Amino acid sequence: MNAIASLATPAVSVDIEGVNLSYGDNHVLKDVNLAIQPGEFFAFLGPSGCGKTTLLRLIAGFNQADTGRVLIGGSDISPLPPWKRDVGMVFQSYALWPHMTVRRNVAFGLEERGVSRAEVERRVGVALDLVGLGHLGDRRPSQLSGGQQQRVAVARTVAVEPKVLLLDEPLSNLDAKMRVQVRRELRDLQQRLGLTTIFVTHDQEEANTICDRIAVMNDGTVQQVGTPMELYERPANLFVANFLGTANILEGRVKGTGADRIFEIEGGISVPVPPGAVIPEGAKLVFRPQHAELGLREPSDTASIALPGIVSHREFLGASVRYGVRVGATEVAVDQPFHSGEGLHDIGAAVSLTLPKTSMIWL
Amino acid sequence: MTAVPIPAPAPRARRLSATPGQIALALAIAAFLMLFLVLPVATVIYVAFTEKGTGTFTLVNFYDFVRTELFMRSLWNSFYVSAMSVVWSSVFALPLAYLTTRFAFRGAALVQTLGFLPLIMPPFVGAVAMQLFFGRNGSVNLLLDDWFGFKIDFMEGLNGVIFVQSVHYFPFILINLSAALRNIDRAMEEAAQNLGSSGFRLFRRIVFPLAMPGYLAGASLVFVKVFDDLATPLLLNVKDMLAPQAYLRVTSIGIADPMGYVISVVLIVASVVAMWLSARALRGRDYATTQRGGGGLAKRVMTPMEAILGYGVVILILALVLAPHLGLLLLSFATIWSFSPLPDAFTTAHYARVFGESSLYIKNTLIYASIAGGIDVVLGVAIAYLVLRTKLVGREWLDWMASAALAIPGVVLGIGYLRTFYGVTLPDGTPLASLWITIVLALAIRRLPYALRACYAALQQISVSLEEAAENLGATKARTVRRVVVPLMAGGILAGFVTSFSTAAVELSATLMLVQSNSDAPLAYGLYVFMQSAAGRGPGAALGVVAVILVAACTFLSHLIIERSQKAKGMGH
Repeated sequence: MNAIASLATPAVSVDIEGVNLSYGDNHVLKDVNLAIQPGEFFAFLGPSGCGKTTLLRLIAGFNQADTGRVLIGGSDISPLPPWKRDVGMVFQSYALWPHMTVRRNVAFGLEERGVSRAEVERRVGVALDLVGLGHLGDRRPSQLSGGQQQRVAVARTVAVEPKVLLLDEPLSNLDAKMRVQVRRELRDLQQRLGLTTIFVTHDQEEANTICDRIAVMNDGTVQQVGTPMELYERPANLFVANFLGTANILEGRVKGTGADRIFEIEGGISVPVPPGAVIPEGAKLVFRPQHAELGLREPSDTASIALPGIVSHREFLGASVRYGVRVGATEVAVDQPFHSGEGLHDIGAAVSLTLPKTSMIWL
Repeated sequence: MTAVPIPAPAPRARRLSATPGQIALALAIAAFLMLFLVLPVATVIYVAFTEKGTGTFTLVNFYDFVRTELFMRSLWNSFYVSAMSVVWSSVFALPLAYLTTRFAFRGAALVQTLGFLPLIMPPFVGAVAMQLFFGRNGSVNLLLDDWFGFKIDFMEGLNGVIFVQSVHYFPFILINLSAALRNIDRAMEEAAQNLGSSGFRLFRRIVFPLAMPGYLAGASLVFVKVFDDLATPLLLNVKDMLAPQAYLRVTSIGIADPMGYVISVVLIVASVVAMWLSARALRGRDYATTQRGGGGLAKRVMTPMEAILGYGVVILILALVLAPHLGLLLLSFATIWSFSPLPDAFTTAHYARVFGESSLYIKNTLIYASIAGGIDVVLGVAIAYLVLRTKLVGREWLDWMASAALAIPGVVLGIGYLRTFYGVTLPDGTPLASLWITIVLALAIRRLPYALRACYAALQQISVSLEEAAENLGATKARTVRRVVVPLMAGGILAGFVTSFSTAAVELSATLMLVQSNSDAPLAYGLYVFMQSAAGRGPGAALGVVAVILVAACTFLSHLIIERSQKAKGMGH
């Protein structure tokens, strides 16, 4: 515990202010503003090409913003070259130097900082123990497994006690089983060091499981920032709704006013709009597959709405059954928990899709 | 929220495209290349296009060239010899490449290694040995005459040049073609078979087109090498080719005579055109298709008849291409070898002489080639780094300039140095062109493209993230180069050095013009001088054997070191 404390530094905030970046005509980052709290495990999440890695490399100093600035602990680091920034980055490919042993890899950053030889050895030992590789210091990177290499890369970065830890898709080169294990280790390590950490990924599950907050990015802009739960329950737009989990989207038009408002879905079905719901112009009705319930009769309570549908598709997933239900002109997905002994709805059956009013999202 | 509009931050001026150190380095390299490559070549071109004495632009020199029957014949001969050398090189290389890559061929590795051997001996060295074996009164013709009563003109006139050149340069085709064949993924062939293609049709439609770029790359190299070679025709006493004509005009008529320069321009144009044509044919045709984990073409097992035929052809070709080595070795130990299939008696006196009074040649060669190789790798690493890792404006020009040396025949560079630097004198009145360092610089410029390619390839293999990781951990650009880039490039740098060293050690085309005194002469020059007289052939051959061993040892050493460094880095398995 003492050893770990020696690698921990006071956490700092990271602020990204009005960052724009273009490669020629390609506007890669568009007015990005983010405030990352000290000690936060923060994710940049988005599909490939959304600018998340560009933004991470900008913080590390490998890209230059056209406008805007990056502040670490309140001071602007934009003019600094990469080697003066003190932000530790774990590369997607790990970037372990093949001509050095594990120990020399980890010692590199400390040597560059002019740390005394004895102190270098001590801190290398601490960093390697931290990732559980103290016994492999004399190996070459090529003699290690993928998971071990990843841990060396982490040890090499945290050994220099950076102010901020940047992780560029650190799990993408691991197999599925290792990924689950390593992401827990990363989270655990981050908690123990209390280090402000930014994690780049395209995998929503990775981001959801280990990050405090997520910035969902698309096409160079930040779509929404929030905790995994917030993003899932209250997506700000259709992109976020679709990117995090499965979203059913029903297009239609609002008709009437006041308490008589109805939403007319394409295909001629209409549902009452819950009173007080704020519906933007041209909005669509969005809901998650597991929030709806399939029944043969309409519910009698007023907390839900009912949509008539025809079962068109059925997939058995083990714990649940996913139905494709045709509602008007649209097929929506509905997940129902599977209980043994219970009958399933058959394809072609007319069903009533019940949706709690609290689960209706208007985007 | 107040509605005070916040002015958009003004775009920050983009960082300077490179550090001052990088700019200084680039300028220094550019100055070096301008002075020792561009200026001499420009001088040659300038002289060719100006009137002697007055300096006014004229085409009359070229008119004279076209009007002179000797020059036109030389031009045609050079083309003919180069083209025929490509043909014969292909005849040697195709069976070796095809048999060893397409069939389960015992000793395929040995064949490929032996096939590489001729490259370590410059053709002019082997030329004399070839005379002894294949000349009018050489071993083969004496035996043919004895047994069948006829002789074959292997070595008569242009035939001799073609024969010697193709025996020496066919490995260029062998290596490139074998690599291309090996790089064809077996799935390419299997996909064709799956779609119903087989046998010769499959070869013609799939294998041959995929291997074509490799063949063309090798063939164009052979063409240019032969076209530019000065020493081989001179040694075989063939004077009506372009390179010998350029040399003879300048050395016999004088440095002021414009014809040598006109011929030089023709040589440059021919080299450039040949390279441009091959580059054009190769553009967009990088056909290396092997996937990770995929193998090369499936190797077939030969039927007994095929095996007999195959091994017969391979042994015949190997005997032919290894003849110069054997001949040289015999000659170096022979007392007298004339009008007989084999030498009359053997002696070690030639070696005693070479290591005694002529050891100066060896010493000079080691010094010159080491310095030239050193210059080349320093320039090579610097240029490769500037081109691949910085955004310096115009950095590609350094690469183009350095690579342009490939298109400049040695004899042209030699003439250019003479003309450019003879007028420049040191304080004591010695012309710059007569100093031995001039030879070194010419060698360095000539071999720079090879070292540059080696350094380039080495740097390209290093993932940029390895350098970024170092910078991220606090190392500056310069420190990153020292601690990460150079150590990782070590194998490539060494390979570049050894290539430069070993080819510079046997270079003659440029040095023939530049050696002013016997005491400054390198090995290749001494060899050439020895070979001029019948009495010098023995010591000359001994010197040749020394040269071959030197180059062979270097080549072997570099292979060893590269393999070891790769193993140490865990890349070798």
